[in-house]
Amino acid sequence: MTEQTPPPAHIEVRDLTMAYGSSVIQRDLNFDVNRGDIFVIMGGSGCGKSTLLKHMLGLIRPSCGDILYSGESFFQASASRQGAMRQRWGITYQSGGLFSAMTLAQNITLPLELYTRYTEAEIVDIVAYKLALVGLAGYQSYYPSEISGGMQKRAALARAIALDPEILFFDEPSAGLDPISSRLLDELIVQIQESMGATVVIVTHELPSIFAIATNSVYLDNISRTMIAYGNPADLRDHSPQPVVRQFLTRSAAAATEDKP
Amino acid sequence: MSSKPADYTLLDNVQDSSTLALSGDWVQGQHLSTFGALQTELASRHLTHLSVDGAALGNWDSVLMAFLLKCHDYSHTQAMTFETRNMPQGIEQLLAVATAVEAHKAPTEDSPALLSSFFLQNMARDLWGHLRESLAFTGEVTLALVRLAQGKANTRLVDFKTFCFQAGPNAFAIISLTSVLVGMILAYLGAVQLKQFGAEIYVANLVVIGMLREMGVLMTAVVMAGRTGAAYAAQLGTMQTQEEIDAITTMGISPIEFLVLPRMLALIVIMPLLTLYANLLGIIGGGIVAGGMGIAPIQYILQGETALSFSHVAVGLIKSLVFAVLIAVAGCRAGINSGRSSAAVGQAATNAVVTALVYLIVADAAINIIFQYLKI
Repeated sequence: MTEQTPPPAHIEVRDLTMAYGSSVIQRDLNFDVNRGDIFVIMGGSGCGKSTLLKHMLGLIRPSCGDILYSGESFFQASASRQGAMRQRWGITYQSGGLFSAMTLAQNITLPLELYTRYTEAEIVDIVAYKLALVGLAGYQSYYPSEISGGMQKRAALARAIALDPEILFFDEPSAGLDPISSRLLDELIVQIQESMGATVVIVTHELPSIFAIATNSVYLDNISRTMIAYGNPADLRDHSPQPVVRQFLTRSAAAATEDKP
Repeated sequence: MSSKPADYTLLDNVQDSSTLALSGDWVQGQHLSTFGALQTELASRHLTHLSVDGAALGNWDSVLMAFLLKCHDYSHTQAMTFETRNMPQGIEQLLAVATAVEAHKAPTEDSPALLSSFFLQNMARDLWGHLRESLAFTGEVTLALVRLAQGKANTRLVDFKTFCFQAGPNAFAIISLTSVLVGMILAYLGAVQLKQFGAEIYVANLVVIGMLREMGVLMTAVVMAGRTGAAYAAQLGTMQTQEEIDAITTMGISPIEFLVLPRMLALIVIMPLLTLYANLLGIIGGGIVAGGMGIAPIQYILQGETALSFSHVAVGLIKSLVFAVLIAVAGCRAGINSGRSSAAVGQAATNAVVTALVYLIVADAAINIIFQYLKI
């Protein structure tokens, strides 16, 4: 490999416009997520954070623009290529997304069986290891309905990291968790990110989480319907030219929406 | 880049401690030997300290981590101290995270033998369980009905209307099809036999009595059990998984009054009407076949009229009321008592249909015996 041109960013969002029918959710989104970033997508309720995540996951086709992974367009790739790209992602959904009819072990075994060449005995050991990573060692035979909400989130994380993904996506990871569980989950995300070297993309509006773990972020505004800030959240809090962003990040009482024309 | 096979060597003891040297690429597809072999070797050495050396490691992935975790856990159970040395970056941190929380000891349960679920005893116990649940449920429904009669129940008229519409007009097409065909089948079967005695004309009696007393109401009930009973179970089961039934209960509303009564009353109102409709279409279907066998329509009608009596119609209607209650109880009970997973909702729908069919056949037989006794 020659080092002449810098490698493309891990995820590039280019001129992305998201719309449901004729109603535009967000337009002209342009940002990069670099390799090893913990990247936060933030914004008020209903601004399209989760929709942006669904676009990045390829669940919704953009009405305009493109998303590139390591320089390769996702939406112009063939179906088999998209499948190959998706195998390098790990995703946890807002409500966990665990298969309720399967035990935790079966949930984690599924992607390993489908996409790897590990032997059965190896898979059993790997499942035990993944559960141990999220602090759920010994819970193999439990069903998602038999464990608490916080444990379900961690189990979902164990399934997301089953294939040692390059990119981890989280939709509201700490929604519905108490502050301590939420902090432990944040720490877990950072530890796993550091040791696996993955890129992490998180949708959240939990300020403590944002400042604790984010290295980079984008702020989606629901009035102008586009991104109005991009950068490290701590910098944005102190130096953003946009009052809305500073208010969001300092949790100001002045309603963020009233400042805008 | 060629990959070197994953391997480990257990070095000789230094006093009571030993070093496990790892080498090669520990990645998927290598199929290295199991931990069991290493475990026996470790056990034979009576160690107090195990250190794992990763200086010769190549590439690695989760399979290495799973191996290290097993080494760690084994050392832990044998009261050995465990350490890792010269590991590539990231491994020690991952191991620290993985071993931070003590493993959960699952309560040991006897796993049921595979065949036992087919044993007659278990089947009987299941059926008994269903029956008991149904009885308790029927009791609650009766109490709710009493409150409804007193005007104190939280049952909404708008729900009742919706369910009437879903159960009635929306079912016309399938009821029409099945009852015309059943009428034709009855007529065909009867005509072939009666022809041997030159008594084809009595096909009309056979179809009228058969449809009114038995087939019209039974076919309607079977269709409704599959169509509406299963739908009730799936709706209520999904509400159970989404905690909607909890929400209703904590609002101080009885789920029986709010969810079950409108569904059940809708079926009770709709079933007799559908039965009358099915009876009519079945008799018409029988007439078509009779026409094909050389019986003029007017003959068929006149002969049919002699068989027609109020008691036959009444028997069918009484059965339809009983069946409506049974289908609603089977469907709603399965839904309300459903578990909270997607599989449980499917199970509830299956339960609803199976129990409804069993109830229908048993009730039909029972009612027939009673009417026989009463000479109706």
